[in-house]
Amino acid sequence: MTKINLSRRGFIKITGLASGGLVLGFHWAGCTPVRPAEAAKVVLEPNAYIKILSDGMVILMSPVPEIGQGIKTAIPMIIAEELDVSWENVLVEQAPLAPELYERQTAGGSQAIRQLWTTVRTAGAAGRRMLMGAAAREWKVPIAELTTSAGIISHEKSGNSIGYGDIATKANNIEVPEEVTLKDPKDFKIIGTSPKNVDVYDIVVGKPLFGMDMKKEGTVIAMITHPPAFGMKPKSVDDSAARAIPGIQDVFTITTFPEDIETRWSGNNAFPELVVVTGESTWNVMKAKKALKIEWETVTPGENTEDHIAEMERQISGKMTEPDRIDGNPEATFRKAAKVIERTYSAPFLPHNTMEPMNFYAHVTGDKVEFEGPTQTPQRLRDVTAQIMGIPEENITVNILRSGGGFGRRLYGHYGVEAAMISKKINAPVQLIYTREDDMTQGTYRPDYRVRYKAGIDADNNLIALTVSGTGTDGGPVASNRFPAGALDHYAAKNYSLKSNISTGAWRAPRSNFIAGAEQSFLDEVAEACGKDPMDFRLELLERAKNDPVGENNDYDPDRFIALLNLIKEKCEWDNKVEGIYRGISAYYCHNSYIAQVIDIEMKDNKPILKKAWCAVDCGIVINLDGAKNQVEGGIMDGIGHAMYGNITFNDGVIDQKNFDKYRLIRHGEGPETVETYFVDNGIDPTGLGEPSLPPVPGALANALYRATGKRLYHQPYILELEEREINLG
Amino acid sequence: MASISLKVNGKPFRIEAEDDIPLLWALRDHVGLVGTKYGCGIAQCGSCTVLVDGVATRSCVMPAKSLGEAEIITIEGLAENGGKSLQEAWVEHDTPQCGYCQAGQIISAAGLLKSNSNPTDEEIDAAMKGNICRCGSYVRIKAAIKTAIMKGGVEA
Ligand code: FES
Ligand code: FES
Repeated sequence: MTKINLSRRGFIKITGLASGGLVLGFHWAGCTPVRPAEAAKVVLEPNAYIKILSDGMVILMSPVPEIGQGIKTAIPMIIAEELDVSWENVLVEQAPLAPELYERQTAGGSQAIRQLWTTVRTAGAAGRRMLMGAAAREWKVPIAELTTSAGIISHEKSGNSIGYGDIATKANNIEVPEEVTLKDPKDFKIIGTSPKNVDVYDIVVGKPLFGMDMKKEGTVIAMITHPPAFGMKPKSVDDSAARAIPGIQDVFTITTFPEDIETRWSGNNAFPELVVVTGESTWNVMKAKKALKIEWETVTPGENTEDHIAEMERQISGKMTEPDRIDGNPEATFRKAAKVIERTYSAPFLPHNTMEPMNFYAHVTGDKVEFEGPTQTPQRLRDVTAQIMGIPEENITVNILRSGGGFGRRLYGHYGVEAAMISKKINAPVQLIYTREDDMTQGTYRPDYRVRYKAGIDADNNLIALTVSGTGTDGGPVASNRFPAGALDHYAAKNYSLKSNISTGAWRAPRSNFIAGAEQSFLDEVAEACGKDPMDFRLELLERAKNDPVGENNDYDPDRFIALLNLIKEKCEWDNKVEGIYRGISAYYCHNSYIAQVIDIEMKDNKPILKKAWCAVDCGIVINLDGAKNQVEGGIMDGIGHAMYGNITFNDGVIDQKNFDKYRLIRHGEGPETVETYFVDNGIDPTGLGEPSLPPVPGALANALYRATGKRLYHQPYILELEEREINLG
Repeated sequence: MASISLKVNGKPFRIEAEDDIPLLWALRDHVGLVGTKYGCGIAQCGSCTVLVDGVATRSCVMPAKSLGEAEIITIEGLAENGGKSLQEAWVEHDTPQCGYCQAGQIISAAGLLKSNSNPTDEEIDAAMKGNICRCGSYVRIKAAIKTAIMKGGVEA
């Protein structure tokens, strides 16, 4: 049991008795009601997370943007656990941006659960404690004699019991407790179960949930056109044909961000000047956008894929000077090694391609802004808008909607600011919509990367030295203090960086999404050169890091890593080699979580087929078990798809892939047929799971394909390397 | 501008819109049914899939005025038009992640089961290949389709 002192937690203040708004239960598609349908009144709001209804139902607020990671279900599960209500009696609402009430309203870095864990548990426990206080007062008994279960407070001695809804009406003037006690995890009833995603019913019947779906009275549709190449800006616009299209209201140019704050969104603001078309309906505006005749001028030279690769190769080829980390003397060790292996890995730019393209609603009136739409960073949208438009922050509201995918793209809410600038200019509410082409060619890409590994092996087949140099646009991918750092006496790591006028940004598991696959492919090759089983080889290194770690700053816990590998080893029966099954292993630590994967490949008519993926996860306590599995399955599919097919190339600054005809995403039948996921049960406070399941995937895939085909893969997208070697996928 | 008649989920609609408006935007902007989604506009992602006389059709490239009396079923009308088992199976497997692609996925599955009540795995993959799920929920989508088949499939 953990005791939490509330005096330093400002959010646990009573938000005042509710005004008695009516809350309606809902049915699913007119068939089986999934919630009781009776109308009920909010009778008590113990804090910003909880509303108690007169019939005992509770509304729990979800502060974090939902982008498909399941947070809108998971956070309320944690609150419900400590409030001690049954999940059937919970309704969930998305909270708008309210930093004065909620600590962190960002979906990013797989940090929401980890950072809000204690906060939202405390909110639930405080609510429970206040209801118990009201019952104790009512029955004139000590609070310590009360127990709760599934939304009912009981007093065993007297046989009294009362539901939360009934006692809530009598909870006036109950003080916020000074201290609350959190449940012992072994008493959890909701955490660790598998309730459905709270929006699943609305999703499958096609209810309007997304930014694209919101139709407010009088809203003007706006679209932007950005330059066809990075490094360009509009010079002149001939809008006569566009304006001739019925329903078109205006065409103009906006300059989005002043120089000094452009980096608020990403490495650079690639397209500060945009041409805007506004009109009555989406199709008309789309047509008008196509009818624009714009002359562009070059500001900075357009770049080419080949030049990026050549420059990155040059950076990592030289002698490593001033490494970010060095242990021992790797260069001298290489010279006396029996074998030295050196390999280069690379990956291209990747677009996020959220299924729902960027869009946002904004309505600027005087010095007020009303926002609504999909964003991972509502607070940053408010900050930047306040700064750019000179509007006080408190006058800016942000209603957060379910996002049709995030993957990091909606950390960069420039499209929201653009909507506000357009709204101000035309003096009307605006819904800004990007076409798929706008979305895919706008930048904010996962950077292109290149990395070189070098390993020295002694005459007894031991890995004795390893170095890694990496680079990428806006920063290299190497995490110098992560495994295998700490397991080797002679080790060095160094990041370089490439400057580019193509904008990059965080993409699901930044840096790890590339480096994990490169590292895990390389270690696989080194294990083979040492004549060792790849699983045992990793365990051996981890044992060294555990028993006799090298260096001080190692950024992982070898014990947790070892437990993880042992779990997957057992579950996939690693030691039980099956004829015709080719296996690749990979494991990585990032975003505070540990993930190991095994991919099984079968050969059919000489073609590799992905049969199965195994996954072991250590993210501490799992909140929503099936939801967590869903995330892992998605991460694996996503990882395979991008490693195999994902590819953005560019010529003179022009992006070659503009839509899904040229840009290949993984489709039905191209991923593993089944995914089996297991969680390490260690009772440690939860970490994150939105990102960590992706990074190891390219490694497990490459290692499995190697066993199946005899060819190692080094450069993503793998499909091109496979084609070069005349290997077709089954 | 043109006056276009459509029959959507059993109801007649008459809309005033551009002559060449695709069904997707007619549905979303004029009929007021936004369950059908825009993802690419070039028949490559499947987000916009609707049933036209029972056949899964990419509404983003289908001119609205070409449809005449055709029966259009969107996700909003699927439960009343034989597809409830699919929606229930989708819930049972808690299939969606972000959810944006799922209306199109469910409609494509309905189109498949209307023409083939017991498809093989290969037939499911082939019929669903036009529907991208960026969140990678493919394993669950397939499981949900199989569950729906077991529970009686869809009404033809
Ligand atoms: S929007 Fe029609 S297939 Fe993508
Ligand atoms: S659930 Fe997000 S795109 Fe399919």
